Amino acid sequence: MQGHSTYRPTGGVAKWLEDRLPIVGLVHSSAVAYPVPRNLNYLWTFGGILTFMLVAQILTGVVLVMHYVPDATKAFESVEKIMRDVNYGWLLRYLHANGASMFFIAVYIHIFRGMYYGSYKAPREVLWILGVIIFLLMMATAFMGYVLPWGQMSFWGATVITNLFSAIPLVGPSIVTWLWGGFSVDDATLKHFFSLHYLLPFVIAGVVGLHIWALHHVGQNNPTGVEVKDIRRDTVPFTPYATLKDGVALVVFMIFFAYFVFYIPNYLGHADNYIKANPLVTPAHIVPEWYFLPFYAILRAIPSKLGGVVMMFGAIAVLFFLPWLDRSKVRSANYRPLYKQFFWVFVAVAVLLGWLGSKPPEGIYVTLSRLATAYYFLHFLVILPLLGTFEKTKPLPASIGDSVLGSSYGGAHATAAAAPETRG
Amino acid sequence: MRRVTATDDAHDPGRRDFLFLATGAWAAAGAGFLAWPFISQMNPDAASLALGSTEVDLGQISEGQVVSIKWRGKPVFIWNRTKAQVEEAKKVDLGQLPDKSARNENLPSDADAADANRAAPGKENWLVVVGVCTHLGCIPLSNSGDFGGWLCPCHGSHYDSAGRIRRGPAPENLHVPPYAFEGDSKIKIG
Repeated sequence: MQGHSTYRPTGGVAKWLEDRLPIVGLVHSSAVAYPVPRNLNYLWTFGGILTFMLVAQILTGVVLVMHYVPDATKAFESVEKIMRDVNYGWLLRYLHANGASMFFIAVYIHIFRGMYYGSYKAPREVLWILGVIIFLLMMATAFMGYVLPWGQMSFWGATVITNLFSAIPLVGPSIVTWLWGGFSVDDATLKHFFSLHYLLPFVIAGVVGLHIWALHHVGQNNPTGVEVKDIRRDTVPFTPYATLKDGVALVVFMIFFAYFVFYIPNYLGHADNYIKANPLVTPAHIVPEWYFLPFYAILRAIPSKLGGVVMMFGAIAVLFFLPWLDRSKVRSANYRPLYKQFFWVFVAVAVLLGWLGSKPPEGIYVTLSRLATAYYFLHFLVILPLLGTFEKTKPLPASIGDSVLGSSYGGAHATAAAAPETRG
Repeated sequence: MRRVTATDDAHDPGRRDFLFLATGAWAAAGAGFLAWPFISQMNPDAASLALGSTEVDLGQISEGQVVSIKWRGKPVFIWNRTKAQVEEAKKVDLGQLPDKSARNENLPSDADAADANRAAPGKENWLVVVGVCTHLGCIPLSNSGDFGGWLCPCHGSHYDSAGRIRRGPAPENLHVPPYAFEGDSKIKIG
């Protein structure tokens, strides 16, 4: 997209550099002059918040590695040493551990925002798919990171999740042995996960680069779902408008983050993880971290090992096909009265699945899990395709500018007579 | 003089295509060979493979008691079953078992899941099984569940007094590891 202004280097050095490596121009066109729809609300600030969280996790992670020991006999003690002996170690570790949760809070809001406003529809399918890939990489990274403290939940979480692969026919058990580097979760497994936990955030950073590239190529969606038609009327430059709005939201988010870090740093964790890993005793009630609970509930809802694993991965895989499952031409739920209701039912079902995932697998919880799992897939595979055909949508505004400013303000088809006194 | 241009390839496309394909295939095979050490290094190393066997003295296990022994990093349950528990396991109709295989490494793989094929040969009170749920690898709780055997706390699999899966998501009976009696009251696992 064309920006509001273009970068013109002033001064000899800037010109000399721009002729050889146009990096300042690149930053200027993508973070200063880049046109953003003028009607974006605060839900659009989570991309920036997520970028901040990725950087924060990498920074705290890199310094934690200066003290952590990836060895089954020393890992647990080294984490305690970080908490007690290392200068500000407690702060760095709590920032990193709670940072993972904050990362997922932000990514879930970001995903649901995309669903509400139909941000995955053409021409943004690849942008959406890259996002789902980032989500998968985040899950893998968070899972392996949770194993590193080598507490009871680390150990048994690792056991259960790696055993998921044993459900694959024929090669499953060999894959599990390969992941473990032995015949059970042990020192070799810890070292595998440590290495990959350090690697994957940089892979995420790479895919985030593609995600932003795709975003800047097709342009941002907006609350009306109407494409930008007139850059001058429908958009504002990224800086200062989006930069400052993102900044305000980020500060509020950091207050929320800090509340967890300084007041309830273990609220989202499990007490069992302060017990060193014991391969002979499974804790009475093992649950994954909160951000995996909806998928865990789906896994447990199916009374078959392979079936449960297939459905759990299917719950994420279905997201890849969302751009083609939702057949409605209208993007934003603001103009889709039925989809708007189904969207909120879907959010409620996803939250319900999360709650069920934290409950023991018995009695009413199993029945509810099955119903909620069925609805989860029904939403994507039946409701969305049907809505595209049967839903009667509301009329869309003619342009983004019209929706914000009213059609009388500077539009080509302005009804000047309606407000002649404002035209000066 | 004839001018050589890039389009000359068009005169003999077959030869050029063959060279491209052959070079590409050779490079792909080379990449595969190079990738293998990077993948294989994650498999169990020689030290893990060399893990030995474990000997257990059964004399200290009283009737009805289950003990848990570590073998190859996993627990093995040794259960001195009571008469009632053995009878209960024998009474079960094989038709109602989700997994009809014995899962006993000491027997041929087609042996059925009758109690005689699960318990120690000739000493039916002894049941030796790997204490790892066949669902996702948690350690089941002894003397729990609705079938008088084990209950896995993670996802609710119930095993009976012969360690056979009866209800829940686990697909297989608890595995019987390779073991042998050494004298009357001692076994060697592995």
